[in-house]
Amino acid sequence: MATLLWLIPVLPLAGFAVLAILGRTMPRRLAAAIGAGSVGLSAALALILAVRFLGSPPPGDALTVNFWTWFEAGGLKPGLAFHLDALSLVFTLVVTFVGFFIHLYSTGFMAGDEGYSRFFAYMDLFVGSMLVLVLASNLLVLYLGWEGVGLCSYLLIGFWLKDPVNVRAAEKAFVVTRVGDTALAIGLFLIFSRLGTLDIQEVAAQAAAQWPVGSTLAIAAAALLLGGALGKSAQLPFQTWLPDAMAGPTPVSALIHAATMVTAGVYLIARMHAIFELAPPVRLAVAVIGAATLLVAGTSALAQVDIKRILAYSTISQIGYMFLALGAGAWSAAIFHFFTHAFFKALLFLGAGVIIIGLEEEHDIFKMGGLRKELPLVFWTFLAGAASLAAVPFVTAGFYSKEWILSAARASGPAGLWLWAAGLAGAFITVLYTFRMVFVVFGGPVANPVRRRPGAVMAVPLVVLGVFALLAGFLETPRVLGNLPFFSGLLRPILGGRGPEPAGPAQDAVLVIISVAVVVAGLVLAWLLYGRGPKHGQTTESGAGTSRARGFFFSGWGFDWAYDRLFVQPLAWLARINKNDVADLPFRGLAGAANGAHAALARTQTGRLRWYAASIAVGAAIVIAVAVLL
Amino acid sequence: MSAVPYEAALVVAGILFVLGLAGLVARRNLLFVLVSLEIMINAAGLAFIAAGSRWAQPDGQVVFLFILAIAAAEVSVGLALLLQIKRHFKSLDSDAAGTMKG
Repeated sequence: MATLLWLIPVLPLAGFAVLAILGRTMPRRLAAAIGAGSVGLSAALALILAVRFLGSPPPGDALTVNFWTWFEAGGLKPGLAFHLDALSLVFTLVVTFVGFFIHLYSTGFMAGDEGYSRFFAYMDLFVGSMLVLVLASNLLVLYLGWEGVGLCSYLLIGFWLKDPVNVRAAEKAFVVTRVGDTALAIGLFLIFSRLGTLDIQEVAAQAAAQWPVGSTLAIAAAALLLGGALGKSAQLPFQTWLPDAMAGPTPVSALIHAATMVTAGVYLIARMHAIFELAPPVRLAVAVIGAATLLVAGTSALAQVDIKRILAYSTISQIGYMFLALGAGAWSAAIFHFFTHAFFKALLFLGAGVIIIGLEEEHDIFKMGGLRKELPLVFWTFLAGAASLAAVPFVTAGFYSKEWILSAARASGPAGLWLWAAGLAGAFITVLYTFRMVFVVFGGPVANPVRRRPGAVMAVPLVVLGVFALLAGFLETPRVLGNLPFFSGLLRPILGGRGPEPAGPAQDAVLVIISVAVVVAGLVLAWLLYGRGPKHGQTTESGAGTSRARGFFFSGWGFDWAYDRLFVQPLAWLARINKNDVADLPFRGLAGAANGAHAALARTQTGRLRWYAASIAVGAAIVIAVAVLL
Repeated sequence: MSAVPYEAALVVAGILFVLGLAGLVARRNLLFVLVSLEIMINAAGLAFIAAGSRWAQPDGQVVFLFILAIAAAEVSVGLALLLQIKRHFKSLDSDAAGTMKG
């Protein structure tokens, strides 16, 4: 198992190395084979590893392999070690599988792009970094992967680097997440200085032994880790980078949203949940931030017209659900929602990618329309993903994961009622914006003919992910709907059970009925407002009195505007007034004085013999006078 | 032998030196500049002789012999330079040769 374990992250990294060095000279088919093949091989190995892990669990339900000591300095001796347990297994499987299907799709999507091998090199590095992140046995290696995905997101968002808009979006993503990364780094310093170790298992044990519940240090450490998670996962107040990250190619968006990058924050909190359990105020903050984010992002999604921005806001909102679950103490529920979300969100992005290149870079949903007949395969798979996103009852994966989160939120202490209500409101908004998108894009008459249809490499991932988007939910069902606790049972050794639960089956049933009612109400409203295609939807939205609210929601609650005033412009102003480098003034003054003295003295060099003789005589007279008189 | 007081000889040497210096600064013809230099050198020599007689030591006369040798060397180098300058600038004006400035 140890060999398998190190091969899984090393294969994509090796793929990156080969493509980065030889990619330019390589034929496209070979570059695609290396790019997608290395991740595919990783996925196959991960599957074998999972079968072995589940078939004969290692002692302690975890496997730690230390390859070598990274370095030794002071008391710090981080090993380049991987730790495999159920949590990292779930993430590894999702990252490699979803990553592989996105790679497969990209071989078709990126055909004809001049940066073909560069694209696959970055994508491989992205997947490899994420695998290092989830498999890391200590926080330093985790941080290595953490920065790796940050770098790759920058490279891929700005992939089409000839357009300055894309480059600015990449910079924004990098700078905004950096704020969170800095908090995480400070958190690591704090943990190391207080607990003397960065090994995740030891940190958890030491923290529980040394810090009482609610102690200042535990709260500080948890809050700093949370800061890192918020930045990476695009939660309030760092969510602004994700909608702009749509500047990258569509498969990149799928990868960022489904498998890598934004889910890293969820993983970090679940992985370090021992520290969060010692800090109840921070846990409440996680839940509240999650609830607030899912509402802010959901309402923003409702007003967008760019299909990718709708999906971006929906990701922020769904990650908000995961944070809500983490804050409520239902750690497994967050991971389960990550699991289902990875399938349906990757599917939705890949479907959107087909539509966008089919209509020649058209992003506006109101210029699509009638695609149900034009792209039937995309319609059916997209519908499966959208239904899962909207948590359509009983048949979709999203329903089961969201239901788990909502019931856990309801049962989580005094704030539970409010968190549950926010989640429920979010669920209603989710249905509305999802089916607004579906009805407008696929309904009504054909607006624009489709010029390019997906080939097999693009169709297969859609179908596979569509099947998973519907069926993945049956790994865990509520008590009143089959009571199948496979997923929580798998994660029980690490995350402990299902988390808070309602008192009995009767309350369970009530919660399920309310959720179902909310989703059905949302569906009906979406049909009434948008059910007849883009024309009808547009008339609905041009109604008087809504434009101000729509502008507000369209701008994502004005966060970009506020940050521009609060941070960007003051910094730009400082940069402008400091353009002449105030700190350099003394040195430049020194240089100026030397230059002036040089010019003055050079003027005495007249080249006239008599002048020199006279000055020697005067000088000698002065010297003698001084010597005699003093 | 002490008909001439050494102060008088020093005064004459000072006057000669100032005359030579004035000629050096005021004259533009390089030949006269060299003549002025000779006068200044001889003024210094006279001062040495006077000092030697004042202290009844032979050193002053020894140094005067050195000065004669130096003056001969100086004049030979100086005249050689003078010929070159005359050939190059077609003039003996020292200001005309003032191209090395700044």
